[in-house]
Amino acid sequence: MNSLYNFAVGPLAWAAFIFLAVTAVWRLWSMSSLAKKKDASSVAYMSWRFSLRSIFNWLVPYKSLGWKANPVLTAVTFVFHFSFVILAIFVTPHQILLENAFGITYPTLSPEAAEILTIIVIACCCYFFYRRVTNPTVRFVTRANDWWSLGLVAAPFVTALLGSWGIGGELMPLLHVLSAEALIVAIPFTRLAHVIFALFTRAYIGSEFGGVRHCKDW
Amino acid sequence: MSIRDRKIEDEGLIHGVSKLTTDKIQQTFRALIDNETGAKLKAFSESCVRCGMCAEACHFFVSHDGDPSYAPVGKVAQTMSMLLSNSGKVTPEDIYGMAQVAYTECNLCRRCIHYCPIGIDIAYIMTTIRRFCHKLGVTPQYIQDTAHSHSATMNQMWVKDDEWIDSLFWQEDEAREEFPGLRIPMDKEGADFYYSVIAPEPKFRTQLIYQAAAIMDHAGVDWTMPSLPGWDNSDMCMYSGDFEMMGRLKRQHFELAQKLKVSRIVMGECGHAFRSIYDNGNRWLGWKNYPVPVIHSIEFFAELFEQGRIKLDHKLQEPVTIHDPCNIIRGYGLMDKLRYVVHQLCDNVVEMYPNREHNFCCSAGGGVINCGPPFKKTRVEGNLAKAKQLEATGVKVCIAPCHNCHGGLEDIIHHYELGMELKFLGDLIYELMEKPE
Repeated sequence: MNSLYNFAVGPLAWAAFIFLAVTAVWRLWSMSSLAKKKDASSVAYMSWRFSLRSIFNWLVPYKSLGWKANPVLTAVTFVFHFSFVILAIFVTPHQILLENAFGITYPTLSPEAAEILTIIVIACCCYFFYRRVTNPTVRFVTRANDWWSLGLVAAPFVTALLGSWGIGGELMPLLHVLSAEALIVAIPFTRLAHVIFALFTRAYIGSEFGGVRHCKDW
Repeated sequence: MSIRDRKIEDEGLIHGVSKLTTDKIQQTFRALIDNETGAKLKAFSESCVRCGMCAEACHFFVSHDGDPSYAPVGKVAQTMSMLLSNSGKVTPEDIYGMAQVAYTECNLCRRCIHYCPIGIDIAYIMTTIRRFCHKLGVTPQYIQDTAHSHSATMNQMWVKDDEWIDSLFWQEDEAREEFPGLRIPMDKEGADFYYSVIAPEPKFRTQLIYQAAAIMDHAGVDWTMPSLPGWDNSDMCMYSGDFEMMGRLKRQHFELAQKLKVSRIVMGECGHAFRSIYDNGNRWLGWKNYPVPVIHSIEFFAELFEQGRIKLDHKLQEPVTIHDPCNIIRGYGLMDKLRYVVHQLCDNVVEMYPNREHNFCCSAGGGVINCGPPFKKTRVEGNLAKAKQLEATGVKVCIAPCHNCHGGLEDIIHHYELGMELKFLGDLIYELMEKPE
């Protein structure tokens, strides 16, 4: 079990990250080449100023019409993404892995704080699940891909929490690492692809609204 | 809860799908994806997380009690997502439904963009579905008729060349009784601008040409109206999906200005025609900038007021509200200029909420009203939201500087018995300006 774990946090983790980096770069590069080739009349209006204006305004909770119209989802979305990033970077075991690999050290979350944030992320996933089932519009457009994506996101947090509670013995940390790696690998090919593209689609529509439509897009 | 539950009989759609096979559909879809769409469609389709936040943006969704099949993302699910996930392998009956969604249940108003954190342009996706349907020959009969008219006559309403010239003479004649020195200068080379209108003006809103001439005469501007095809700035081909014709129309509109050697073009109070010059037609032609400067009537009227060229007899005291047409407000940001002009004319302006770039569409735009009588109920019942918005202002006069908005709002006002009166800016300027004794 131990050697399997070492393999998972070692070579397999490297493989997952390299895979993500390569596919993300490849996907962005091919998307931008495609845009230049087929969407030149849209690319022509891309502007740094309006891109950043749009991204900034959408990063403020409850600023846009969309955030205002969906108050609960907005809160959950912001808390979820924020907690996700904080946990991924600042939990002690992740820092130790980075220290072992690259010698990087930085302050980390206390185990209690990490536990609370993990529970928050799981609660957010539960809300996403609940909303997907109960909101008629979301249910109408939900496909297998959405369930896969949600499951992949929730799995590393559930296994991390259970592991920290000592449930599942040595198996749980291994499942945590494997599920996180599955998540990383799945990003470019599932609904999670928004992680790669959302900034650019936002920038594009911001540029359209700034440069062509002369009004705000939030 | 699906387009299949509300199929509407339309001759154009029935005839179109009768000639389709799944093979032909798949082939055409492949050609569309290979040759026409690119990163926009791909990135939009892959990044959408199906959160459903866009639902509340759409007047169809809001007016149908939250029926998910009317939500913007629901419309995409029934059209583009279905095509993409099946690689275009769908039945002719599916295409019927897709055409009905894209042509008659989406006004391409872009309000949903204000609700999408990812920034997905669903109007673009629906436009692409229309383009696909056009390539398949599945278009609603009435809008296809206007597209045919565009191809045959370069105007939307089968107005013959001599009828157009006659209409201008007729209006000039009529107006000279009220304004003795008035002229509608035809083909005046080197004028400051030529004034372009949409074909429904000579066809059934001829008084708008009269009023425009009266305002031009009053303001003492150096203008002209062309006798040649290209005078019609409208563009239903943009909405039917016939982009080749859209390009021809826009080219002719600008080339006419070059032929007349005018400094610029002033376009009448129309929304979609303006969209076609600043957003769609120009892109199809590969123009980032216009070959000849062009402005909308709102900008033109604002200019006249700023220069003190319009002298009013009095201002309107009766409370009025403003409807912000999507294509010139959310599409082109003329909300402040519109308010400037309205406040020049009226003392008592009651805002309608949500307003400016957040305003609800009239539900006639995007070529929906041009799909004709079979779909009138669709757009009127699909815009209870607008009726409530209008009613909440408590006023009886609504200013809407767009022809299609007038058509759509008229039907809404009638259907929901709101007892309101609609006005163009031109109506009010004409009504309120100083006139000869």
